[in-house]
Amino acid sequence: MNPSFQEAWALLPDYLGQHVILSVSALILGVAVSVPLGIVAARSKGIGAPLLGLVSVIQTIPGLALLALFYPLLLALSALARNLFGVSFRALGFLPALLALTLYAMLPVLRNLVTALKGLDPAILMAAKGVGMTPRQSLYKVELPLAAPQLLAGIRTATVWVVGITTLSTPIGQTSLGNYIFTGLQTENWVFVLFGCVAAAGLALVLDFLLAVAGQALQARSRRRLALAGLGLAVLIAASLGPGLAQTPARGVVIGAKNFDEQYILADMMADQLGRAGFAVRQKIDLGSTVALRALAASDIDAYVDYTGTLWGDAMHRTDMPGRQSMREQLTSWLASHYGVALMGPLGFENAYVFAMRADRAKALHIRSLADVALHPDLVIGGDFEIFSRPEWRTVAAAYGVSTMRRRQYQPDFLFRAVMSGDADLVSAFSSDGRIARYGLTILADPKEALPPYDAVLLIGPSHAHDPRFLASLRPLIGAIPLALMQQANLMVDRDQDKRTPAETAAWLEEHLRGQQPPRLPD
Amino acid sequence: MIEILHVSKAYAGSGREGVSDLTLTIRQGEFLALIGPSGSGKTTTLNMVNRLVEPDAGTIRIEGRDTREADPVQLRRGIGYVFQEAGLFPHMTVAENIAVTPRLLGWAEARIEARVDELLALIRLDAKAYRDRLPQGLSGGQRQRVALGRALAAKPHILLLDEPFGALDPVTREAVAGDVRDIHQSLGLTTLLVTHDMTEALLLADRIAVMREGTLVQTDTPHELVSRPADSFVAKLIETPRRRARALAKTLAL
Repeated sequence: MNPSFQEAWALLPDYLGQHVILSVSALILGVAVSVPLGIVAARSKGIGAPLLGLVSVIQTIPGLALLALFYPLLLALSALARNLFGVSFRALGFLPALLALTLYAMLPVLRNLVTALKGLDPAILMAAKGVGMTPRQSLYKVELPLAAPQLLAGIRTATVWVVGITTLSTPIGQTSLGNYIFTGLQTENWVFVLFGCVAAAGLALVLDFLLAVAGQALQARSRRRLALAGLGLAVLIAASLGPGLAQTPARGVVIGAKNFDEQYILADMMADQLGRAGFAVRQKIDLGSTVALRALAASDIDAYVDYTGTLWGDAMHRTDMPGRQSMREQLTSWLASHYGVALMGPLGFENAYVFAMRADRAKALHIRSLADVALHPDLVIGGDFEIFSRPEWRTVAAAYGVSTMRRRQYQPDFLFRAVMSGDADLVSAFSSDGRIARYGLTILADPKEALPPYDAVLLIGPSHAHDPRFLASLRPLIGAIPLALMQQANLMVDRDQDKRTPAETAAWLEEHLRGQQPPRLPD
Repeated sequence: MIEILHVSKAYAGSGREGVSDLTLTIRQGEFLALIGPSGSGKTTTLNMVNRLVEPDAGTIRIEGRDTREADPVQLRRGIGYVFQEAGLFPHMTVAENIAVTPRLLGWAEARIEARVDELLALIRLDAKAYRDRLPQGLSGGQRQRVALGRALAAKPHILLLDEPFGALDPVTREAVAGDVRDIHQSLGLTTLLVTHDMTEALLLADRIAVMREGTLVQTDTPHELVSRPADSFVAKLIETPRRRARALAKTLAL
């Protein structure tokens, strides 16, 4: 059997379980909020129209953005609660995902219920009043039962949406079937991507089917079929809760990783080191780039690797370039005083933004450095999702006069394909990416030093910043990974032939660090 | 006895039928038909009796008691009402529809079940075949019969009928109407029927009250109405049944 498939299969109980719990909780909460709101909205014109409008607007916010917005919102609320009441809550993971998904679940439920209630035959409502029902009795005995089929249809729509959108909660630190998709996209592991999609679609279909059976049972007044559908749901939820309850871990320590291969490898290494020192270790991977530092400061995670240039621009909002050494020193004291975060030290390699071209194309156009690019205003530059909004790009654009170049944005893994196929003439890349050499790309020189240094540095959260055992177990990583070694490790995960998983690559790197001969791997 | 005293109801700016200064007494045990063209205010008058519509002015007394003193919900539970086109609850079975008001009144389940069987017999529907059917599985006449059963379930003394036979075919219509009159008689009800069909009114009612544009034109027994119409409007109303009777007599005589 395909090893990727086996790995995916092994992860299924955890991913599926968390996915089900999150989706079902959001649906229950969404329905619980929407039904009373729908009843009020159907009875009052003043409330109904604005409410439906508002919920429709929420629906137009892309799922990923809505989920991401809840993280800073909850962080602020958590800080407020800590100041006011001395209690705080975790702003990463389950809670923001739950709230965002609840909002998503609301529209179809609310809209169907309001439409159904407003569309009831006035003669029936008159009859309910005429036989002596109070408004409440009319609602429960006549209006809601008659609106039930449409309400259930709305719940089924919401179910399919929510199960699908739950996959997007991975970047805010909530494990779901989306982990397969995000990780798979990063490592070009299409088995993972497909596995995640099929699992999510399968779950949506199963839930939809159970609700349909429940609906038919209600319609046909068959208690037996209703019980069967209820049993199906209960079994699904119990099966999902099972693995979570069985291994409810003492929280232990949590290693964070952003959403690319190098981060997965480094997180696996850190987890191995800490595990060997006796810590119970969990990982939260695929965190958004700026989410990671805030998660560390809030102790949602306890350690991860970031890059000096990223922190300098994104966290400190600095645009000056004081030089490699001074930048790291300033960052160290700023992180400590601002967040209580310890910058433990550099790992030894740099993962800088660089711009790369196909060697033959660069040669043909006589382009060697970024300065030469300005002479070819018709070139197309490809970048990842963040480069063009980052200060580095503004500095480069100003320094070399390339701000008017045509731009295209790609999912990071497709950048190399874009430049090889000629969709883009030059692309942004990361210096530690093993594929630069593999594809024979030329890195353009930066004679004006417009790009800052991006030394990989190990950051430790406030709860373990002064924990000697914790720090000691990670110390072997400091200064131990030269650029060539990291490039090689990244390539092992990225390449199409003889692909390794991040965990295998981490083990390979660790062997290397321990001074043993690394196991022979074919290129 | 229902006493309607100087009752008015106006609907500002809408096409709905208003009523102005209407006084009418329906005697104990009487079957009174309220007749008039659409817009004459007859349904509004009917609905004011059980406070589905609240009058702007005037007083309505039932058994001598001002309806405004009663809780409207309790009042409606004590009055039988059959709606236009039945108004059955589509999600409830025949038995559940009939049992609605007794359930609202908190009767014991066994008493409700017994009452449902009694009513099914009264409205001449086979309990075994129809008890658990939904309204959509019934014919128009059967639906009207169930609606009548529902109206009578809690043993009211007063029965309000809002054009209950309007949607029925002529044969069914006659059968159901005849049953309604028989039930009125056997239960000793006080019945107020709203209709726009003079023939029906003449055949069923003890007395007929003719309405036009929110006021009463004439209130009399069928015989008085036919022999002494108060004005040309009433004369015109009874012209149709007269003509039909003559034509029918001619046909039958041949």
